[in-house]
Amino acid sequence: MQGAVVSATDLACRRGDRLLFAGLSLALGKGEAMQIAGHNGIGKSSLLRILAGLAPAFEGTIAVDGAVGLLDERPALDPALPLGRALAFWQRLDGAGGEDHLRRLGLTTLLDVPVRYLSTGQKKRAAFARLLGQGAKVWLLDEPLNGLDGHAVELAEAITAEHCASGGVAVIASHQPFRLPGLRTLHVSEFAA
Amino acid sequence: MALLRRDLARLLLGGRGGGALLPVLFFLSVSMLYPFAVGPDAPLLAKTGGGVIWVAALLAAILPLDRLVEPDIEQGLFDQWPLRGISEELVIAVRVLAHWLSFGPPLMLAALPAAALLGLDGHSLRIVEIGLLAGTPGLAALGVTVAALTSGLRGGAALSGLLVIPMAIPVLIFGAGSLGTGGESGLALTAAASLVLIAIAPFAGGAAVRASRG
Repeated sequence: MQGAVVSATDLACRRGDRLLFAGLSLALGKGEAMQIAGHNGIGKSSLLRILAGLAPAFEGTIAVDGAVGLLDERPALDPALPLGRALAFWQRLDGAGGEDHLRRLGLTTLLDVPVRYLSTGQKKRAAFARLLGQGAKVWLLDEPLNGLDGHAVELAEAITAEHCASGGVAVIASHQPFRLPGLRTLHVSEFAA
Repeated sequence: MALLRRDLARLLLGGRGGGALLPVLFFLSVSMLYPFAVGPDAPLLAKTGGGVIWVAALLAAILPLDRLVEPDIEQGLFDQWPLRGISEELVIAVRVLAHWLSFGPPLMLAALPAAALLGLDGHSLRIVEIGLLAGTPGLAALGVTVAALTSGLRGGAALSGLLVIPMAIPVLIFGAGSLGTGGESGLALTAAASLVLIAIAPFAGGAAVRASRG
């Protein structure tokens, strides 16, 4: 498709000797968001990892225009380090300041706490800070709301909405409802093999 | 470079694994125990001491293997780097350098008191030091490669120890052998074996990390 930031054509995914889905196509233009829905084990995460280029597609092609940010169940922060220093490592790589993100995500008081002592929701918020600092155009969010409380869920939805409003693209794999204006939904079960 | 700084902070100062201190203490305790075990026979100690230093160095290099690659794969850091255009090969190469810096130079320093404990003369000590300088980078490269290969396997730590030992034998033979007959040619061969391991490590390690993603 012309002008698509993320597009996939006739994707098939195989785990072991089992075909998870086949013939899956999607296309997202600037500022668009899509929710990947489906029950556990149907291949939502596998689809995101294929889009991220971390796993090979069994069949089909993908095209992604721009930097990709991935947020999954692993925060990719050193468990032994205080949160501030663990995030500073990514800031040095990504070359961006993140003071505003930290305040917004309510992390400023946690900067001295080692990552391994943080709760699931706090780790998820820290991962959002890492994602925001990366400044990637394409966001791949794998169960972004897991472990977040009601307030943090709204915050995550607002942050994603802003990302799309500024021309970014978001692909969200989640079985929970994700409130976002103009969010399209793709049911992986329709392509199940 | 941010990667090297992080790796060094993790491996050198160490966290739970004790950092660079543990291999050095292990190395020193072997060279301290060996004279007790074989008895106060000075010529015998001087003759075998160099070999003991080499064996202790090899075993000390194996100690931190399980935290070289595995934790970063588990935490998802190895998924985040390629998204930023940093290849697995580069990450592994940097890690080899950091791993070597965290045990190579400390072991070379610790070899001084160890040589005194084992009664090595000045000439042998010099050859041991040059040999360690030539051989430990290869051991570091081998360690990181094997750590990448075994990451994600159950019992990976024990397996990686078993895998490193046979592959480290060339370095050990030429390094320790340079004390006896080989001399300079032994040192050259140690360096050569070391270079081969260093050249292979980034590619083998990078491929291993990608394969472990599944």
